[in-house]
Amino acid sequence: MRKIIKRVGVLLTSAVMLIGSSMAVCAADDGTYTYNYDYWEDVQYSPDAYTVSGVYTSVDLGLDKNLSSPQGMFVYDNLVYICDTGNNRIVVVERVDEEGFVLKQIIEEFKGDVEINTFSGPTDIAVSEEGELFIADKGNGRILKLDADLNYLMQFDKPVDNTLDPTLTFSPNKIVIDTAGRVYCIATGINKGLIKYENDGTFSGFVGATPVTYDFTDYIWKRLATEEQRAQLESFVPTEYDNIYMDHEGFIYACTGNVTEEDLDSGAADAIRRLNLMGNDILVRNGEVPVYGDLYWGEGGGYEGPSHMYDITAFENDVYVALDKNRGRLFAYDDQGRLLFAFGGNGKMDGYFRQPVALEHMGQDLLVLDSQDRAITLFTPTEFGSLIYQAIDQFDAGEYTASGETWQKVMDINGNYDLAYIGIGRSLLRQERYREAMDYFELKYDDDNYSKAFKQYRKEWVEEHILIIFIVVFAILIIPLIIGRIKNIKHEIDIADIFRT
Amino acid sequence: MIASLKKKETYVHYLATLRFALYCITHPLDGFWDLTHEKRGSIAAANTILILTLLARVMKLRYTSFIFMTVYWEGINIFLYLASVLFPLALWVVGNWALTTLFDGKGRLGQVYMATCYALTPYPLMQFPLMIFSNFVTVDERQFYTVLSGISLVWAGLLILAAMMQIHEYSLGKNVLFTIASLFAMLVMVFILLLFFSMITQGISYFISLGREILFRL
Repeated sequence: MRKIIKRVGVLLTSAVMLIGSSMAVCAADDGTYTYNYDYWEDVQYSPDAYTVSGVYTSVDLGLDKNLSSPQGMFVYDNLVYICDTGNNRIVVVERVDEEGFVLKQIIEEFKGDVEINTFSGPTDIAVSEEGELFIADKGNGRILKLDADLNYLMQFDKPVDNTLDPTLTFSPNKIVIDTAGRVYCIATGINKGLIKYENDGTFSGFVGATPVTYDFTDYIWKRLATEEQRAQLESFVPTEYDNIYMDHEGFIYACTGNVTEEDLDSGAADAIRRLNLMGNDILVRNGEVPVYGDLYWGEGGGYEGPSHMYDITAFENDVYVALDKNRGRLFAYDDQGRLLFAFGGNGKMDGYFRQPVALEHMGQDLLVLDSQDRAITLFTPTEFGSLIYQAIDQFDAGEYTASGETWQKVMDINGNYDLAYIGIGRSLLRQERYREAMDYFELKYDDDNYSKAFKQYRKEWVEEHILIIFIVVFAILIIPLIIGRIKNIKHEIDIADIFRT
Repeated sequence: MIASLKKKETYVHYLATLRFALYCITHPLDGFWDLTHEKRGSIAAANTILILTLLARVMKLRYTSFIFMTVYWEGINIFLYLASVLFPLALWVVGNWALTTLFDGKGRLGQVYMATCYALTPYPLMQFPLMIFSNFVTVDERQFYTVLSGISLVWAGLLILAAMMQIHEYSLGKNVLFTIASLFAMLVMVFILLLFFSMITQGISYFISLGREILFRL
């Protein structure tokens, strides 16, 4: 008897363990991986917009030795350039099919008559249309320009500028290039903005420094402080950017995590900026939530503080995705600055990160480089994600009816998706179905679009009912007049002499 | 009391006093003097105005266009929402009466309440039409609503000042002084209430823990 009980017990425990382990596997799929914020800034969990199609470690990429704290990544066509910073080399892998990468090339040195023909801790790379490589050779303090066959062409050195500290060692960290071959660079310790070089290597100035802000109390404190205290106070200098990305229109997306919570809250600092050629911020911020990632910065899981935007990439349809190093999350915003979806987290499972450092996109797929995992995570859009992109593209292309139908499909998948309602509403607005559009806008509190629809609806209504309105107004004005006149006549008759007897 | 409900004069008087509110808000100094000294107001009418004010405030939540008012329904407690009018009103009436009665104020507690309620008249009077109006405007015409809505509040505020001045037979300077003093008295009362409730809570929790301790030992 006792034996039977024991056996049943063993069976039960193993069953529980089985269920437990299967639950652990499903943990990534408990519906809290992807989320969005609604009008009330409440978290609304959503179906996944991206799904992991593979995590590629050094072995999967076919490398002879492990990546060592890789820092930078660049995608050109179907080639992925990885800066293997710790091993002083560049790794080039090619994406051959949906899910496979093969090693194409390992760049450890280059040809040309310069003193040093190798790299020292390369941190970023950019490739031009012609196949020229631009490499931020941080340890050697130079930006190299190599041709496609790895022949040395030229290099960009420390900018010659009187305002720069002459003792400062130049260490270029992140670079982007534009179509004319100009180079924009973020260098450690230089906070005057992006360093801009002409294509012949001459330094042509700093662009896009963040505006310096200080308030009155800061000023008073500075006045009262002694010389030593003043040195200890935070100095009012522009913040350094963490990373930059050149989009298809030639605008530079810049992101930074070097901002204080107060500045983010008050809007004095931006986590993400879009710079034009003059270095002015032209990012559109029409969303219901501010463009700085997570809204809630409370301590959770050992992480606190605002999102630290460490890298950014932008699609052809002006949707941009930013990478939060702090909580290991990705945030996608559309061209109006509205949050499309956010997903990710810190951890060791697929789709979670330990120290994500670089983000790139290949088509609509996203690649995230994790420097501690020494691996690339490849995300591909799910049906939900693709539908969102499709709806945005259709609307931009002027296919309003089709866009409305696509948003409807999005809504079928996720009924809590505010942008779907607004998308359907905008589509109806373009189809001049104002009354229906108003309902959709009202549901999601979009007052601007609602007013647009309502204005048209009101106009239509007045035009249709003009006769009735006219009659009513006429009646209100005329009837009291007539009544007054009748009373008057009655009164006159009453007091008339001929009726007095 | 009940017998008077059957008489026609009761209703005529009630309607007359209610209608007098309209005279008060347009001729505040004259109106509020007559309100108590000529007995042209009634508590019944004051209650009616207060109920209308509460009704306007609650109905605004639902029927104002979302352009002006978005309501997070999950966070609304209708009783707390009503208390946000009633509680300050009660504090004001008690605080004002308690102070002015010591300094030659002629108004009694009931009269302070009645006059304050009469002074609230512009609020329901303007907010009900505004509520309907809000559904016919766009964001560009938002200013009309906000300005009118603001006027109703400022108007009511000025009326309360005028009302207190007249029923206590104060000069303007003294009235302003005692209005500020009344606001201060409200703060003091809130402080004492908080103190009182926190003491009560601590006292009760002491006896509860004492009882628990005894139960554990048994």
